[in-house]
Amino acid sequence: MTLFVTALVTGIGLGAMYGLIALGFQITYSVCSRVNFARGSMVMLGAVLGFVLTERAGLPVIVAYPLALLGCAVMGMVVEFCLVRPFAVRGSEAWLMATVAGGILLDNTVLFTFGNEPRSLPSPLVETSWQILGTGVYPQQLLIPVVAIGLAVALQLLFRRTRQGRALLAVVQNPEAARLMGINTTVMISGSFALSAMLAGVAGLLIAPLFSVHSDMGTLFGIKAFAVAILGGMTSASGVMLAGFIYGLVEAFVTTYLGSSHTYILTFALLIAVLAVKPNGLFGQAALRKV
Amino acid sequence: MPNRFPLTRRLMIAGAAALSLSTAIPAFAQEDPIKIGLVAALSGQSAKSGEAITRGITLALDKINAEGGVLGRELELVSRDDESNPGKGLIAARQLVQREGVAAMIGGLDTPVSLAIVPFANDAQVPFIGPWAAGTPITKNGAEENYVFRVSAVDEFVDEAITEYLVTEYGSEKPGMILINNPWGESNEAGLTKALEKRGMEHAGIEKFESNDVDVVPQLTRLRENGADGLFLVANVAPSAQVVKSLDRMGWDVPIASHWGPAGGRFTELAGPSGEKVHFIQTFLFTDPEHPLFVELQEKFPEIESLADVTPATGIANAYDATLLLAAAIEKAGSTEGPAIREAMYEIEGVEGVIKTYDKPFTPDDQDALGPQDYIFANFVEGEIVPLED
Repeated sequence: MTLFVTALVTGIGLGAMYGLIALGFQITYSVCSRVNFARGSMVMLGAVLGFVLTERAGLPVIVAYPLALLGCAVMGMVVEFCLVRPFAVRGSEAWLMATVAGGILLDNTVLFTFGNEPRSLPSPLVETSWQILGTGVYPQQLLIPVVAIGLAVALQLLFRRTRQGRALLAVVQNPEAARLMGINTTVMISGSFALSAMLAGVAGLLIAPLFSVHSDMGTLFGIKAFAVAILGGMTSASGVMLAGFIYGLVEAFVTTYLGSSHTYILTFALLIAVLAVKPNGLFGQAALRKV
Repeated sequence: MPNRFPLTRRLMIAGAAALSLSTAIPAFAQEDPIKIGLVAALSGQSAKSGEAITRGITLALDKINAEGGVLGRELELVSRDDESNPGKGLIAARQLVQREGVAAMIGGLDTPVSLAIVPFANDAQVPFIGPWAAGTPITKNGAEENYVFRVSAVDEFVDEAITEYLVTEYGSEKPGMILINNPWGESNEAGLTKALEKRGMEHAGIEKFESNDVDVVPQLTRLRENGADGLFLVANVAPSAQVVKSLDRMGWDVPIASHWGPAGGRFTELAGPSGEKVHFIQTFLFTDPEHPLFVELQEKFPEIESLADVTPATGIANAYDATLLLAAAIEKAGSTEGPAIREAMYEIEGVEGVIKTYDKPFTPDDQDALGPQDYIFANFVEGEIVPLED
């Protein structure tokens, strides 16, 4: 029983983190079929900016965290402008490698400026844990799924209900026609990268108190989140979020019942198996190709 | 302005004369310095370790050179960055030996880097002294003529020491292992298993975790369900802190005996107050800001303000003693040839180090200067590492 509850709590906690980070892949992929592979670095940037602004500059959280997210948004636009657009306009797929390189560049810049010592971002929500059924949970861990699901729902609404969201969808469906209709596709794409990076920043700020703030804190998250985004099918926010929970739960149950040496072998083997059966992911739709 | 010109020329001549005079004054003038090579992480995540080793060596060299050097020659440090990368470490070692002509080399924190250099040091017959990396096979490398020595903790001995600690201090009968998933963790898995077998004890499980794992509760719950009454922890600072946070979340209060990983940074900041419950080994600790070596450190490196700025002191002390031992061996050998220095390493007597006084610290069967009796158990108290009372 204890093992089961432990696996459940850990799985939901981790799953929410993966899903939240993976949401950003879905946003840009939906709009322009491209993603920022420096996703883990964006998570790290959010946490590092949050730490620097609160702990070093002494700003209150209410000012510091929005500023940190703004920083992430700007970085997302920079990535799009410098590392994606120049290749995309020439029809080259080199943006893929360029964003990976951008992430490494950002990680190392932070290493040299922020320092190589991991630091701790305090939060009142990790000071005491609540004991339930033989295991414990930090309030912060409960906050993450709430925020993640809230953001996924908000994104769905944004795409379906608002003018900007519909404009984004128009870009998705036919960039040429959208441009002819007076929609500024360049701004839309740039905006999607900013929004995507901002979500990564939210994830970074939420995860940091449970973890530590350092230059490569996002690397493993970035990789797992990409796996989750693919598993979810890349195109639907709720699908990606659901895939996040599935991935987190599988990981936690494998670790709890079979031991940590099996975790990566089994989770990634399962991922490959799922993609072999459903190449577009669990909840994705096959892209229609008109000839 | 023009009247200044002759003055400048005269100054130049005077300067040149002074220069030629001054070079004749020091004792080391006639001969080139003896070069000592350092291969350590000077950048990247482990850069702090390279800085500590450099500080230790620098203080030792200052002391030796102030006392007239070795064989009447000055000792000089030539450093190379290995970036914690075994391939780069090996290239750096080759450069030091083949291009710089160093008499001996000192290593860094990372066991994989040291292991990459070991075969080269033995082939090239250049003594290689480790002041930090604790992997057992570094010194126990099976070479016929072993040129690798160490002034540091050794995994095998550490595992023996932390097992003894859990058993005698806490009466642990079935401890569990929570180890980082890398070669360092594996090396200790072997050592801990051996230490438990020796006592006819069983373990409650061997659990691994990644250095970027946020949640270690599943692994720890497995150990608790299997009846663990104590934990062995082997990981660096940040991952060790994740273990403590996970224990806190589970509400599991269990004795923890750890390798020296937590000593490498702001452990209690990361782990919270429960970090003080982790007891780990050290080879040396500054307990007093009046310690002569600490005073020297502050004089040489003004950026050091308090004892908390030299955490962990282990790297500094090990490197300091290693350098003194090396200098004593070169002096005894009467030569900078590798084989002669190696033979002399076995003859070292009465070298006053900061950790202890070394009398015949090395034998061909045991090339480690420090053993379990030299380890100190410590924990963090208010951000500083302090020794535990017996």
